[in-house]
Amino acid sequence: MSNAFSLFVIIATLGSLLVFTLLLVLNRKVSNPGQTTGHEYDGIEEYDNPLPAWWFWGFLLSIVFALGYLIYYPGLGNFEGLSGWTSAKQLAQQQAEADERFGPVFAQYRAIPVEELADVPAAMRMGQRLFASSCAPCHGSAGSGTFGFPNLTDHEWQWGQSVDQVQATLLNGRMATMPAWSTVLDAYGIRDVTEYVVQLSGREADAGQAATGQTQFNQFCAACHGMDGKGQPLLGAPDLTNDIWLYGGSREQITDVLRKGRNGRMPGFADRLDEDRIHILNAYVRSLAPQ
Amino acid sequence: MNDLIEKNLGLLIAFVIVAVSFGGAVEIIPLMSQRIVQEPMEGLEPYSPLVLEGRDIYIREGCNNCHSQKIRPLRAEVERYGHYSVSGEMVYDYPHLWGSKRTGPDLARVGGLYSDDWHFEHLMDPRSVVPGSNMPAYPWLFRNELNLEVTPRKLRALQRIGVPYSEDDIANATEGLEGVTEAQALVAFLQHLGTLITERR
Repeated sequence: MSNAFSLFVIIATLGSLLVFTLLLVLNRKVSNPGQTTGHEYDGIEEYDNPLPAWWFWGFLLSIVFALGYLIYYPGLGNFEGLSGWTSAKQLAQQQAEADERFGPVFAQYRAIPVEELADVPAAMRMGQRLFASSCAPCHGSAGSGTFGFPNLTDHEWQWGQSVDQVQATLLNGRMATMPAWSTVLDAYGIRDVTEYVVQLSGREADAGQAATGQTQFNQFCAACHGMDGKGQPLLGAPDLTNDIWLYGGSREQITDVLRKGRNGRMPGFADRLDEDRIHILNAYVRSLAPQ
Repeated sequence: MNDLIEKNLGLLIAFVIVAVSFGGAVEIIPLMSQRIVQEPMEGLEPYSPLVLEGRDIYIREGCNNCHSQKIRPLRAEVERYGHYSVSGEMVYDYPHLWGSKRTGPDLARVGGLYSDDWHFEHLMDPRSVVPGSNMPAYPWLFRNELNLEVTPRKLRALQRIGVPYSEDDIANATEGLEGVTEAQALVAFLQHLGTLITERR
């Protein structure tokens, strides 16, 4: 703030306090106590009495308080106040206190390997809260996912279940890329591959179409999903032989995925959560699934 | 004096205005001259036309009535939403969208927190991803395309009040925006929010 503005603020603030004080003191004595002021409104008359004492002293006290406040806290232009208080400093102090209090707790859990941390109930309760604030919007508060967002409570792990794989997923996020095949496969091709995928998952399918579809599957899809359709966690290619479907398992839904492709994205949390919290989350997320 | 003011309504109004302006005069006017609210923070760019259109849809749909865009420097808030908001991030915001009511969460740093697909799903049917949500659905955003006629004029207007758009920016304002839906623009805006500062916690 420029000095001129600073001065303006100081003068306006102290000036108004001074005016209030003067107004208060000058009106303390009235000329005719007990008499009416002569004002009359619809038969109601106004007495010319002084301010009640409690009110007068209360007001005066609040002015004294205001002066003390303006000396201790910032308020008068550029004057920082004797306390040097700022909201940023207060936050830093609160955070330092929190670190001091929770730091040892985090350090204690950090020392426990992820595999064993799932057996520490207190750590898992922390994990649950971290999960609720960072992961639940997509994966659901119970981790059961929804259409397009993986269920974490089943046994299929698109990007792998090992500690390192989950750690990488949490830190850097994941970018799944299922290309759109409508430019490569014609309508019959899409239909045949759909039929083969239905067959892969162990359901009743048209044998003739599935056989044709298998040739195309091997040519286009097997690179990621594997010749056996069992998927490849390294590429985030899901297992197609079970009944777990991220984008639905009906023929219509499989056809839609084949035509348009899908780009599932898990955001990385490396910029948002520190290592200690990721460590706990890793254990918590892994504990959701059947071991 | 008392009689004069009490019996003259015009004079009373004038004095009341003077009396209540003191707070504003002391708090607002000096702040407007402060460098901290005028200097963009390092790396701050004016909104791209797509993001700017998304921002206007955000305003039109009244998102800021239920979502604030201002993280206060309080520990619990910083813990939940990320680094507190700083004025240097909002130098090109006309108007700012701080808001004062949080029916939904603060969105000041929502950028990058969820995937685009999540946002589309959530705008189309909030309950499908957040079961307890009371946010309305916005299906028309997926049908409406951006009205590109006004885009260059929006940039021009902002340029006049000090946002550093170049003549090139304005001339190419609608480039690549043909057929873009309002939902896409809105999500682009949401993914842009608060990405200038990241902080681990």
